[in-house]
Amino acid sequence: MSESFEPVIVGFLCNWCSYRAADLAGTARIHYAPNMRPIRVMCSARVEPQFVIKALREGADGVMIAGCHPGECHYVDGNIKALRRYELLKRMLRQWGVEEERVQLVWAAASEGIVLAAAVDRMTEELRALGPLRWGETVISGNGHEQALEEAPAAEEA
Amino acid sequence: MTAKEKPKLAMYWASSCGGCDISVLNIGDKILDVDQAFDIALWPCVADFKIKDVKGYPDGYIDLCLFNGAIRTSENEEMAHLLRQKSKVLVAFGSCASEGCIPALSNLTTKEATFKSSYLDNPSTDNPEGVLPQPVTKVPEGELHIPVFYNTVKTLDQVVPVDYVMPGCPPEPPQIWAVLEAIITGAELPAPGGAIIGAGTVAVCEECSREKHEKEIERFYRPHEIVPDPDVCLLEQGIMCMGIATRAGCGALCPEVGMRCAGCYGPLDGIVDQGANMVSAIASVVKAGSGALAGIDEEELAREIGKVMDTIEDPSGTFYRFSMAHSLLTRVRSNGDGAQDGGGR
Repeated sequence: MSESFEPVIVGFLCNWCSYRAADLAGTARIHYAPNMRPIRVMCSARVEPQFVIKALREGADGVMIAGCHPGECHYVDGNIKALRRYELLKRMLRQWGVEEERVQLVWAAASEGIVLAAAVDRMTEELRALGPLRWGETVISGNGHEQALEEAPAAEEA
Repeated sequence: MTAKEKPKLAMYWASSCGGCDISVLNIGDKILDVDQAFDIALWPCVADFKIKDVKGYPDGYIDLCLFNGAIRTSENEEMAHLLRQKSKVLVAFGSCASEGCIPALSNLTTKEATFKSSYLDNPSTDNPEGVLPQPVTKVPEGELHIPVFYNTVKTLDQVVPVDYVMPGCPPEPPQIWAVLEAIITGAELPAPGGAIIGAGTVAVCEECSREKHEKEIERFYRPHEIVPDPDVCLLEQGIMCMGIATRAGCGALCPEVGMRCAGCYGPLDGIVDQGANMVSAIASVVKAGSGALAGIDEEELAREIGKVMDTIEDPSGTFYRFSMAHSLLTRVRSNGDGAQDGGGR
């Protein structure tokens, strides 16, 4: 893999803890990898598995879902639902050949800017080691479908 | 014979099991009304037509084409293009044509692995020389051609534009008749462009008469592991019923007789990915993790939830049983574990 590969991470950060952690990481001037594109959601439970899969399809190399620690959710148990979704989605993505490092669930409280920054750093390095995902080009388009049509013989006249 | 020409009806099967054709015939004596209203222009299941007959039709000659089956081979794709050209109204008929259905489960693996299972490892196949299908074979008399087998199964609308979609595996006869009757009597259909016809707009649960309570599932069971209570919601009992993530229209036939809904009518309006939607729903009805308090051992919590999820055998094959080709990811990566071992865990 070329050294210049910069992974793109789509980060879904919950409004009450993790987005504030990212905010704190900024105001505290913590240096960390710029590879995560943060998207603020009201709760980690707002992140439907469909969002994660769509991000992977549309070109993300990885997806980070970040929420409040269990027991500390602003909506009581939204993050537990997110954890359940994540555990099931993880098992499904394994079947699809998506490495476990590409979709990660992180707990980061509003005071834990440093935890979130470290998670982004770690995930960036893990994805750099895995290389690009490029689902659209390599998996959906790159399956030999169009090529197969060319080599197919013209239908016999019956 | 009347002077007025009857509209032309075609029904074609691509990669399918033939169940859709049977389902059309299952409309019973109404099939006579269909025969009275239409001239058959192509229907391999019931009448003898050749591809050259269809090629000889002027463009748009066929008024209504019910196309069932997925696009699995170069022949399927060629017929899709041909019938699109010759048809005024092209309907993706049944789950294979609209969502990929069972044939598209092989998108969880590769063409090579599919061939290996079918022609080499299958215990009932005697193939000592390991012969695999080849698009072109040289024989003394010349070259023999068979259609190319694609790595990825596609839906009809991924190959040509489709006017209407009729979901279901197969579409239920009353739904088929309702649509055909509407066409025969000239009733107004929704605007074409991929509109779904012959199906409901709510979830299968709405049609299911089983008693439903708050769901707190402790583990999941495969159908052979449990005798379900005859009156209570199957999902509630830990049977992976897809009713909550599936479009109604069938009358909840399967859950009514104690079999889980497998999801054949596809996702509801506004849902792109039926399997992802099911993951979302399942997460809300599992008990593990409920009432977790601050300071809980987070890794232990994840393990506890993971243990419940481990009781779901083959989640991709279960949640995308009928919608794999139309899912967001479409197929697995050929370098993934799933592709190597045939898609299972």
